Amino acid sequence: MKPGSVAIVGAAETTELGRIPDLSEIGLHADAALNAMKDMGIGPKDIDGIATAGTSPTNLAHYLGITPTWADGTAVGGCSFMLHVRHAAAAINEGLCETVLITHGESGKSRVGKSGFGRSDGSLQGQFEAPFGPMGPPTMFTIPVLRYMKDRGLTHEQLANVSVVQREWAAMHPRATFRDPITIDDVLNSRMIAYPFRILQCCLVTDGGGALIMTSAERAKDFPTKPVYIIGTGESVETPMISQMADFTSSRAFRVSGKKAFDEAGISHSDVDHLMIYDAFAHLPIYGLEDLGFCEPGEAGQFIMERNTAPGGKLPMNTNGGGLSYMHSGMYGMYALQESVRQMRGTSPAQVEGAKISVSHGVGGMFGASGTIIMSNERP
Amino acid sequence: MSDKYQALPAPTPETQHFWDGAKEGELKLQRCTSCSHTYFPPRPFCPECASRDVEVYSASGKATLYSYVINHRAPKGWDAPYSIAVVELEEGPRMMTNVIGIAQTPEALELDMALEVSFEQVSDDIFLPKFKPSAGGAS
Repeated sequence: MKPGSVAIVGAAETTELGRIPDLSEIGLHADAALNAMKDMGIGPKDIDGIATAGTSPTNLAHYLGITPTWADGTAVGGCSFMLHVRHAAAAINEGLCETVLITHGESGKSRVGKSGFGRSDGSLQGQFEAPFGPMGPPTMFTIPVLRYMKDRGLTHEQLANVSVVQREWAAMHPRATFRDPITIDDVLNSRMIAYPFRILQCCLVTDGGGALIMTSAERAKDFPTKPVYIIGTGESVETPMISQMADFTSSRAFRVSGKKAFDEAGISHSDVDHLMIYDAFAHLPIYGLEDLGFCEPGEAGQFIMERNTAPGGKLPMNTNGGGLSYMHSGMYGMYALQESVRQMRGTSPAQVEGAKISVSHGVGGMFGASGTIIMSNERP
Repeated sequence: MSDKYQALPAPTPETQHFWDGAKEGELKLQRCTSCSHTYFPPRPFCPECASRDVEVYSASGKATLYSYVINHRAPKGWDAPYSIAVVELEEGPRMMTNVIGIAQTPEALELDMALEVSFEQVSDDIFLPKFKPSAGGAS
């Protein structure tokens, strides 16, 4: 896409985050959508394009009273919303629709009106992974890490430190779930979940949602909000089976998606003022920093240890506290995008002064998919 | 059997040979007769060159421990802690499994240690490929 041709003009999370037992999943989608529409002063009749994951575009359109001319139900896990932003930019540029609403809502904790993730015993995962006793992502997404640690020299302390630094960012966010400071020792002494991962290295389980509204850069001027321009986008998928990931020390989907986004934006890594890397588990920022090209292979653990991504560092990362401390409903990508938008608007409680370019990088499934969105508050 | 294996594999026409082999104590892989690529999981064409000319053969059953976690939250029927591992087969492909016959500790489970397949019957027709330390020591 042409950098800067499309902008995010509406953005909001659900009214509450954390534990929301009085709203079903579709209700969380709608709450976030209504907040985003209010943010820019429009209503459902003004929306002509919709994209969502976790529910269907049909459910969303019906529930909110939208008559779309474009709908995208891409559902590749937690980064689906990065892909929606990318697809919406293309659709707007192609004239398929003018104003796109992207929603997420998930009752991860309270499980009210929860959409099920079906398991098929005849799928390849069902036959060749599920029988070996996995207990969800904490026991699967984490499997590559011991190989990474041996091949790349990452230490347990460096892995634990990822959670420590992100908690420092969370402390600045009134809406973050966990805000009290933690130490490396706290992390390494917390309850073992799936060696080498302890509970403070695993994401939260919470309720919430978020919504984004996009339109062309030209039309963006008609709305009261500060436009956040999309300047680069990327996406890819690799495998639904963690055991079949080609390289346990690097994600192909990350590399492909990231390169596409950086090439499209025409920026270098030193141009990036703010970074979000989807952190369902503590190793993801390490893989992300390397696969996006911010660090050489094997250097990201030490890069974080040296406080480059911490408050005051040269590359502020996961400034909401991430999935490890802010919130994680299941498909966290929407919250990474929301924090990038806040940073570009200059409204984050952990605002990076003068930030002009933000990279929001997501994962879907367990290294199964990826989406990368590069935003700027200046139109190139 | 027990309620340990609530998630029992349901073979499809493309994977039936694997489970038939497992029942006979053989670890079946597929190989492309055009480009010689060996691959897993099963499919009726080569994922490397897309040729449909592929054959099933019996693997050695030898592998090395590639990576793993030790799960401390047991699902129903399982005794924690236990390993959920990925092994690299001598023939190249990797597969998920449990490492058995050894202490389920980081000290005992050394990456790259030699392993060999050991089938565990979990229903009338399903025998799961698990891996245990190789009898001959290092491969």
